[in-house]
Amino acid sequence: MPIKALTGNEAMAEAMRQINPDVVAAYPITPATEVVQLFAQFVADGKVDTEFVAVESEHSALSACIGAAAAGGRVMTSTASQGLALMHEMLYIASGLRLPMVICEVNRSMSAPINIHCDHSDTMGSRESGWIQIFSEDSQEAYDSVIQAIRISEQAFLPCMVSLDGFIISHCMQGINELTDTEVQEFIGEHKTPYSLLMDGHPFTIGALDLQDYFFEHKRAQIEAMENVLPIIKSVGKEFSKRTKRGYGFFEEYMLGDADICLIALGSCAGTAKVAIQELRDKGIKAGLLKLRVMRPFPYKEIVSALFNIKAIAVLDRSTSMSTMGGPVFIELRSALYDNPVHPLMVNYIYGLGGRDIFPRDIVEVGQKLENIKRTGKIEKMIDYIGVRE
Amino acid sequence: MTKPGWRDLAIGAILEKGGTALEFKTGDWRTYKPIWSQEKCTSCLFCFIYCPDFCIEIEDGKMIGINYDYCKGCGICKEICPKQAIEMILERR
Ligand code: SF4
Ligand code: SF4
Repeated sequence: MPIKALTGNEAMAEAMRQINPDVVAAYPITPATEVVQLFAQFVADGKVDTEFVAVESEHSALSACIGAAAAGGRVMTSTASQGLALMHEMLYIASGLRLPMVICEVNRSMSAPINIHCDHSDTMGSRESGWIQIFSEDSQEAYDSVIQAIRISEQAFLPCMVSLDGFIISHCMQGINELTDTEVQEFIGEHKTPYSLLMDGHPFTIGALDLQDYFFEHKRAQIEAMENVLPIIKSVGKEFSKRTKRGYGFFEEYMLGDADICLIALGSCAGTAKVAIQELRDKGIKAGLLKLRVMRPFPYKEIVSALFNIKAIAVLDRSTSMSTMGGPVFIELRSALYDNPVHPLMVNYIYGLGGRDIFPRDIVEVGQKLENIKRTGKIEKMIDYIGVRE
Repeated sequence: MTKPGWRDLAIGAILEKGGTALEFKTGDWRTYKPIWSQEKCTSCLFCFIYCPDFCIEIEDGKMIGINYDYCKGCGICKEICPKQAIEMILERR
């Protein structure tokens, strides 16, 4: 297996080259521009057989992807932030029509005020759109997840976005354990579709008006498809780890086995949190980390059972829901724990909005506060902010 | 007729045949109905070009009537007709 020094964007573009999709329709946007640019170069250099559609907006990009997927093609695109927001309408159409495709998404904050740096508000803003959502801690994970996402999406007949953190990961170089082109092709296999607009002699209608008498049934079937995604992610992850020795599930447990307090994080912050956990352990605090990888579908049963022995939880959210009830991960995890016989104490820390850095010392402080909450049973602030000026 | 449950529907709400819009008759949406006067009409076919629902029927280059199965009664044909050959009347059912 070759090792290459690649940035997050390069790693995702490289995965796309090896996947060699039938169609890529894309529009560049910071910090995901490079993914599109590098892939366009692969097309120009004849390194892929892909039909590259250079469009005038992200709305058009996803529209073209939807058409190509309905025609039976293996389809990919890439975007970030406002670009994903401009795709918003089409996100629901892709998932409602049950069209497999993969977006390489680079997490960036949503304007206004305008900002090009990382937070998760773009991805989180589309969490109810019926897309499978996979977050990545680093470039290796993003590379691996993009390849797995093709299989997951095509097996589930649901679109999937794989995200990594803008600039922090997208522009940061890392040694990537690559699969060979043949290995990737073997792993993803041939794209099979139950129908295709190009099927000769079998005309059908896609996207027809669906009113009070059928719409609800179609949505119910879509929810069921989402429920079926978890076992697919599990089996695809298992097969992937057989080849690469890199295991992927719904989340990663880090020093969680004997822990009594737990931090929850997703994306690049999980790496920082691991350093902080070590430091907390050195101080005699039994802290662990649950790094969430799959946000949609939300693997609530599995998370709850992994947190069985935990007395106090701090959820680190790199976005806010604006509900005033905290960030999206906090809200969903609290809800997931409702039926649990024991309820751990829970606090939420919003951090890193607009690319504000987070350091190990910040997370160590969170861990110490959490230890105190566990000891005293008292929560002073349910929702707090890391690194914001008062 | 009992309708199928959610498990029995084709994936992605597809319909396993083409041209299904033909079966969806939109004529009953109408409040006002266009009435065409053959005497006044010069078959300029402006109405044919402008009708959003392809409801102007023509034969050998001449207008021969309006298809009320699909005409939604928008009145565009009446507005566009240079000969006042179309009049809109309240639909009575
Ligand atoms: S626009 Fe008027 S005159 Fe022209 S074809 Fe239609 S009804 Fe006849
Ligand atoms: S009323 Fe509207 S829909 Fe009906 S024939 Fe005239 S233009 Fe067409």
